[in-house]
Amino acid sequence: MFSLKVSDPTKKTVCGLEGLCLGSKCRVICVDTNGQTSCRLMEMGLTPGTEFTVTKVAPLGDPIEIDVRGTRICLRRKETAEITVEKVS
Amino acid sequence: MSRSVAGRQRTALVALVGNPNSGKTSLFNALTGSNQKVGNYPGVTVERVSGRMPLGEGFAEVIDVPGLYSMRAVSLDEEVATEVISGVAEEGEPDVLVCVIDASHLERNLFFFSQLVGAQIPTVVALTMTDILKSEGHFVDTERLASALGVEVVPVTSHKNLGLDNLKLAIERTLAENIKPEVDLGFPNVVREPVFRLHERLARAGVDVTKSSVREALLDENAPLNRRIKDLPEFKTAFDEERAKILGETAQGKTIDAQSRYAWAGRIKAEVSQNPNQLSRGTSDRIDAFLTHRVFGPLFFFLVMYLVFQSIYTLATPLMDLIGSGIDAVKGGIAPLLERWPLVQSLVVDGVVTGIGTVLTFLPQILILFFFIALLEGSGYLARAAFLMDRMLGWCGLNGRAFIPLLSSFACAVPGIMAARVMPDQRSRLATVLVAPLMSCSARLPVYVLFIGAFVEPRFGPAWAGFALFLMHFVGLVFAVPTVWLLNKGVLKGRRLPFVLELPRYQWPRARDVLVSLVSRAKVFLNTAGTIIFFLSIVIWGLLYFPRSDQADLSYRAQYTQSHPSATTDELSKYVDARRIQDSYLGRFGRTIEPVFIPAGFDWRLTTAILAAFPAREVVVSAMGIIFDLGGDIDEKSPDLRKALAKATWPDGRPLVTLPTAISLMVFFALCAQCMATLATIKRESGSWKWAAYAFLYMTALAYGSAVVIYQIGSRLT
Repeated sequence: MFSLKVSDPTKKTVCGLEGLCLGSKCRVICVDTNGQTSCRLMEMGLTPGTEFTVTKVAPLGDPIEIDVRGTRICLRRKETAEITVEKVS
Repeated sequence: MSRSVAGRQRTALVALVGNPNSGKTSLFNALTGSNQKVGNYPGVTVERVSGRMPLGEGFAEVIDVPGLYSMRAVSLDEEVATEVISGVAEEGEPDVLVCVIDASHLERNLFFFSQLVGAQIPTVVALTMTDILKSEGHFVDTERLASALGVEVVPVTSHKNLGLDNLKLAIERTLAENIKPEVDLGFPNVVREPVFRLHERLARAGVDVTKSSVREALLDENAPLNRRIKDLPEFKTAFDEERAKILGETAQGKTIDAQSRYAWAGRIKAEVSQNPNQLSRGTSDRIDAFLTHRVFGPLFFFLVMYLVFQSIYTLATPLMDLIGSGIDAVKGGIAPLLERWPLVQSLVVDGVVTGIGTVLTFLPQILILFFFIALLEGSGYLARAAFLMDRMLGWCGLNGRAFIPLLSSFACAVPGIMAARVMPDQRSRLATVLVAPLMSCSARLPVYVLFIGAFVEPRFGPAWAGFALFLMHFVGLVFAVPTVWLLNKGVLKGRRLPFVLELPRYQWPRARDVLVSLVSRAKVFLNTAGTIIFFLSIVIWGLLYFPRSDQADLSYRAQYTQSHPSATTDELSKYVDARRIQDSYLGRFGRTIEPVFIPAGFDWRLTTAILAAFPAREVVVSAMGIIFDLGGDIDEKSPDLRKALAKATWPDGRPLVTLPTAISLMVFFALCAQCMATLATIKRESGSWKWAAYAFLYMTALAYGSAVVIYQIGSRLT
């Protein structure tokens, strides 16, 4: 009944920014280009391979601010479902 | 410096383009000073700001194009901006683009620059924020940047007027030598080769396009070139085949464009910046640690909002009173001169001068609110406020920025609606504009005070009266939330934009930018909304004045002296005034539609007072004064009016105003759209009468419905 899964807790793949907390550092793995917001997210610098850090979380938990390529942008967690990220640290 | 068009010299058209928050508007203010014109782009609500700047021997026209993150437009503002850049807009192709690049956010700004290359228009780069870079020990090599981009790069510091002359000289040289950007974006070969092949084929077939537009068409089915080749089947299939190949060969086909551009921007950044470390945001982050803190952030935000609101409420009042007494002095001065022509006297005094007064009294509130908005926007705090409030307002379709327009509408909806322009998303902006008038503005206060004072306080005491006044301010708010929700479900069309907000570095607001924004807001209000308000005032005056005849006046007098033989001249003239308003077109209309308002508990007198208050709600008190024979010089605290209202009866002797009627009337005023200034401002800000009519209809329906429900239930309970 036990499946041996090799899982690395530091390499966790997440869809969107739903579960990220303050200070998490992530890398964009892929962007689903069929969605509405994906183009805007890429234009803001969130292209595959880019690293970013969560720098602020609003008092009610959403939106969050991230530092990407030296700029600070705020996004609503729900509207980032089109990007898949992995935690770097 | 001017291009010759059809043998005639014309002024050069300079378009200022760049990312939002890149310092574009500050540069625009520095270049054009007070020579600015604010209007709308034809057919849309997007504001077109242009100005004249001296260039060479003559002048050039400068347009401040709305900020863009990319040439792929999503919102209406962006659509207009890309149209101006690509020359599709009415003013024609710009002669030169000044691309404002924020040196502290080099990669993202260069990403945008890379998209301008396709436009093939002479371009100059104005490099801003270099002073911030310097203070952090960073430096951008402008010469290297210039050679990498293929255009002139001029560092500017707008608030110190540094670099402006160099920029103008660079613009002149660029125009004279036709310098267009030339960059090698370094697309991978899977893209490069088919672009080359297709470009050759198109050129042979006589289709003159640039390589970059071919590439764009190849990577994105919605690019403009694809529309052009739709009728050329052989090219359409060629493009489709090549596109399928690219998407097959690379795992992330569609992201290839953005990835290549950002890779290019990253290379350029590494090449031109001397300090490899990330630029620190030390001071800004320290301020933010407090201002966006979980507890202190919202506290500080509410403190700021309270200050703004109190200022509009209290600082504006003495100024409005000053304008009011100035207008009264003018009236007092003019009236005796026109004594011999009563019609002209009334037109000038009650129509024209009162109309001008109505328009002017809005100015203090507008200026005070926009002073604060300019400070909040200029310092960067407005973005933080939106960040803090987004969750609270976002769920029903508004966004964080809606807080300021909605809060200011509690003082007055006119500046509130104008403040909705802080929202870049047209859809949430329109939603905010449409619900802002539901907030209980200060003009409703006299109505509340009058009816609470006359019908609540005597029965329940001052404590409940105060509580009732407090509750009345929430009536509109309670209705606003479902209204926004419904508007977003059904009425408002257009794509809802993803919420992307940039928190810029904190900065000191610049005096010039604040001043320019105040002057342009005042001009916009006076020129457009002000004119409409003025003309509507005169129309309402006419409806209340006509028809008037000496015979009618004489018969009113005769009737009154017969029934009241000992009447004084004062009583007599008040009675005549009351009869005049009753027999005016508006009064007759009030009688005609009385049956409509009977279910809400209003007789023709209350109905006429409501109709007469269409120009502005607060007029209802003096209108009631006239209608109840007390004269127009009456205010909401007048015991006479309270007594008259309490004594008034229906023809069958039942008291006219009971507690349910009083509540129904107050709720009616809380929800109705009886304010032509608001409607005129909605027209100005939404660009069409359609939305003004929409606001009027839905608010009146809401007001009427609620009044009927309250009266019907209330009168059965008591």
